[in-house]
Amino acid sequence: MSVRQSLLAILDQGPCYGYQLRTEFDRRTGSIWPLNVGQIYNTLDRLERDGLVAKGDTDEQGHVYYQITDAGHDEVTSWLSSPVVRSAAARDELAIKLAIAVTLPGVDISAVIQVQRRGSLRTLQDLTKTKNASGEPESAGDLAWQLVVDSLIFAAEAEVRWLDHSEARLARASAAGLMAPMQLTLEPPKRGRPVRAAVDNDAQVAGSL
Amino acid sequence: MSTQLAAGSTRPTKPDELLRLDGVAMHYGRGETSVTALAGIDLTVSRGELVAIMGASGSGKSTLLTIAGGLTQPTSGEVVIEGQWLSDLPSAQIAILRRRTLGFVFQDFNLIPTLTAQENVTLPLELDGWPRRKTRTAGLDALAAVGLKDHAQRFPEDLSGGQQQRVAIARAIVGTRRLILADEPTGALDSATGEGVLRMLRDRVDAGAGGILVTHDARHAAWADRIVFLRDGRIVDENVRDHPESLLAGRRTI
Repeated sequence: MSVRQSLLAILDQGPCYGYQLRTEFDRRTGSIWPLNVGQIYNTLDRLERDGLVAKGDTDEQGHVYYQITDAGHDEVTSWLSSPVVRSAAARDELAIKLAIAVTLPGVDISAVIQVQRRGSLRTLQDLTKTKNASGEPESAGDLAWQLVVDSLIFAAEAEVRWLDHSEARLARASAAGLMAPMQLTLEPPKRGRPVRAAVDNDAQVAGSL
Repeated sequence: MSTQLAAGSTRPTKPDELLRLDGVAMHYGRGETSVTALAGIDLTVSRGELVAIMGASGSGKSTLLTIAGGLTQPTSGEVVIEGQWLSDLPSAQIAILRRRTLGFVFQDFNLIPTLTAQENVTLPLELDGWPRRKTRTAGLDALAAVGLKDHAQRFPEDLSGGQQQRVAIARAIVGTRRLILADEPTGALDSATGEGVLRMLRDRVDAGAGGILVTHDARHAAWADRIVFLRDGRIVDENVRDHPESLLAGRRTI
């Protein structure tokens, strides 16, 4: 999770105490994903356990400063020079909903898509309005915030495009008579984890390409 | 319905209403080979309102825009621009109404290369016989409104794509013009430049103009107050941005 590396990258700028790290993270990410102090300390504990930070001085107010280690610094360098790889099979609430809906009898799938598109467009409009209201960035903090908002905007746009695409695909499938709902299967499910195994096989095939 | 009244008459409309389409239909050809481009469209655009029209290719978006701008006469239905029923007007008067009220913004800017930015913007006023000084002031005002006052004397080829499109927006709001009809205005621009153009369009609409934005891109449509979906010449859905919620937790005010 990128919180760990983000905190480490901030600590690479100099020793910080927990609450200070929280403030730094917030102002560098447009306060869009506020962290609670508990998360910060949990993360610091794990970073310390892994030898990436070390407890340093305590000031007169009792703030414990954490300091990055050489291994921690290497971790930051490696984080910045490598891509973020998203898990291809990460669960997507909407994709699951549409996939299930298409197998159910009596569900108007194009209505499901239209309701979703309306919702996604609403999100897109709200994000755009928020961005428009903020005007041109005037500081690095503004810029960070805008990058994050843009990322949300592009994600919402991608969702709308995927819905458009799905709608067209379903229309073709319907014309080809492929839209019969699935019946509950009467065959008893096999024990074990066949689905998982199939995924692993796919991953191996993909990995060997 | 409208033919009962004398030519050029005006009938009551809402004071802020710039454009209204009542049951507008458009068919090409006759009989069995007839193609329906639009099938009964009702739509209004008021001052301060930007309406996006979305739809796949062939859904009727561009036809809708040319009819709204009085460039094409619908097969049936009424187009009302600033309280004037176009079906009441002879074509010469429609041309004048068009020139005075609305401006088109196209994907490829459509500026005249041999005229400066200012001359491009003021062309409709000159055709209308405005006095030179008044024309000049109005042109500079319009260019100032899109942030290009300093570029008034430049020719299109000396302007970037984004700047040319802002000149086109200035031309669409010059003088008494206040209805902007934009057809994929960011189609020829990169993403960040396109966003600047949309921001400018939004800005001019917020300042009291009205606009239609035809686009197939949801990210662009999101700048509008309302998003209308066309499919097979019909409006199949409408998204209204009434009270946007803040989606972003903890957003500080700048």
